[in-house]
Amino acid sequence: MNETAAFWELSPLEIEAIGLSLKVSFWAVFFTLPLGIVVAWVLARCEFWGKSLFNGFVHLPLILPPVVVGYLLLVVLGRRGVLGAWLFDVFGITVAFTWKGAAVAAAVMAFPLMVRAIRLSIESVDMRLEQAARTLGANPFRVFASVTLPLSLPGVFVGLLLAFARCLGEFGATITFVSNIPGETRTLPLALYSLVQSPGGDAGALRIVLISVALAMVALVASEILARRMNARIGGSGR
Amino acid sequence: MIDVDIRLTKDDFRLDTKFETDTGLTALFGKSGSGKTTLINAIAGLERPDEGRIEVDGNVLFDANAGINLPPEKRRLGYVFQESRLFPHLNVSKNLAYGMTLARPAEGGQDFKRIVELLDLGALLTRRTRTLSGGERQRVAIGRALLANPRILLMDEPLASLDAGRKAEIIPFIERLRDELLLPIVYVSHAIEEVIRVADTMVVMSDGRVAAGGSVEDIMSRLDLYPLTGRYETGAVIAATVVGNDLDFGLTELSFAENRLWVPRLDLPLGTELRVRLRARDVSLCLERPEKTSFLNILEGSVREMDAGDRPQVDVLVDVGAPVIARVSRRSVQTLALKPGMPVFVLIKAIAIDRHSLGRRGSASRG
Repeated sequence: MNETAAFWELSPLEIEAIGLSLKVSFWAVFFTLPLGIVVAWVLARCEFWGKSLFNGFVHLPLILPPVVVGYLLLVVLGRRGVLGAWLFDVFGITVAFTWKGAAVAAAVMAFPLMVRAIRLSIESVDMRLEQAARTLGANPFRVFASVTLPLSLPGVFVGLLLAFARCLGEFGATITFVSNIPGETRTLPLALYSLVQSPGGDAGALRIVLISVALAMVALVASEILARRMNARIGGSGR
Repeated sequence: MIDVDIRLTKDDFRLDTKFETDTGLTALFGKSGSGKTTLINAIAGLERPDEGRIEVDGNVLFDANAGINLPPEKRRLGYVFQESRLFPHLNVSKNLAYGMTLARPAEGGQDFKRIVELLDLGALLTRRTRTLSGGERQRVAIGRALLANPRILLMDEPLASLDAGRKAEIIPFIERLRDELLLPIVYVSHAIEEVIRVADTMVVMSDGRVAAGGSVEDIMSRLDLYPLTGRYETGAVIAATVVGNDLDFGLTELSFAENRLWVPRLDLPLGTELRVRLRARDVSLCLERPEKTSFLNILEGSVREMDAGDRPQVDVLVDVGAPVIARVSRRSVQTLALKPGMPVFVLIKAIAIDRHSLGRRGSASRG
């Protein structure tokens, strides 16, 4: 009886890791979504010189080893990094070895996934509808806001979810950039790593695994329901 | 007032057109691939010409030399597309209002209620667009374009994706736009029947060029254009007025160019001005006035022109005060020794003139 109760009760360490993971992922996605939408639109609808180069750059984190991304972030955003030093001198902000840095690392790693999903969705919006909107007096920005974006919302949502999931699972770039500091940067995957590394941590590790699976399932089911509602709203036949 | 003079090259297609129109409904007529749609897309700003100039109501929309190229949203032209292009995420009412919120109210504008009444959209306002029939979709698309307060209305084959019943349902609405709103309309079509029903003037396009332009009556009485307008559909178009009815026999009498023409009963008030197509294959010729014949319409005239050729049939243009075209066999031409200048009688069966051959003339064409 006692044991089952204990099984369902989360330890302070677990609560801390879950909370941190959610916080890091939320802010990572929150700040990258607007940029993700803009970049996806540019890739879907604009033709310009150097587009493939730009496309490659956006997708770089997807193919580079995460440790490389983490190291690059450390070089650029670390206390003595080019941008990091400036941020500290001007704003007094430090991201290295803080949860904010973990959010930055997660955001960078999740960005290509988000852009890909949104881009596909924008590409599937019938451009003839956008033309019709132009002839009705809407400028390109207005067309985007009133036609393209509403019609690609399901894809934006999928992008959001993919990015969020990627953030929850971020490990390599995070541990390289902001290390594994309990209560500050020790998210679920890092907590799992620590437990696996320490003797007798197997039971704890298993619990973290179960928590991760539960989180993923909740997110998937919720997204499924939401996506269905959104499709009904925009009158689509469920893309 | 629309004044277009543009050149545009797209892949291996070259558009080189010059035409102007005034008020009323102008049909851009031509076979598919003749450049009609490219032309109105250029007027709307959806395609960019390589050179030339486009002017509407004294406003320059495009001028390659002056470097002017207004974006579509600044041109204030209504565009009704063949596939309606209603926004699927908005209901009918919001689709209608889409352009209204963007039109400058200071320049006046169409009243929502008036347009809803004109197009009979009242019952559809809260519907989702995907539940509409093809005809309803087109009516909503027309209303949406009108509410954006356009200077002219462009229509790209608005009836092409509808069946005959739905077409007949939409045409009266198009006539109302033409006659009640006095909005100049450019109407792209490849169906001569539609053109005769709704257009006052027509521009015939062929291979990216304007082959001819003028009133529907003038264009349709030109024998040289039939390779473009469709040989099977050959037939002169006359401007006629309803002058009487024979209720006993279900006939209506029309007058045109000092002639009388009996047609099957029309439910139209006396004085209604019509455009009537007399299909050449329904018109016969006779050298003497026939007695004891079933032909109700016997008109006197003289041969003006005959098309030469080796085909078994010959199109003969007869002047009866207005041009009428008769399609007869080459053998008959020889038997009767038909020659230009020769006096002839034109025979037309009353029942050959069905409602598909009739259109109400627009108020603009009546002067």
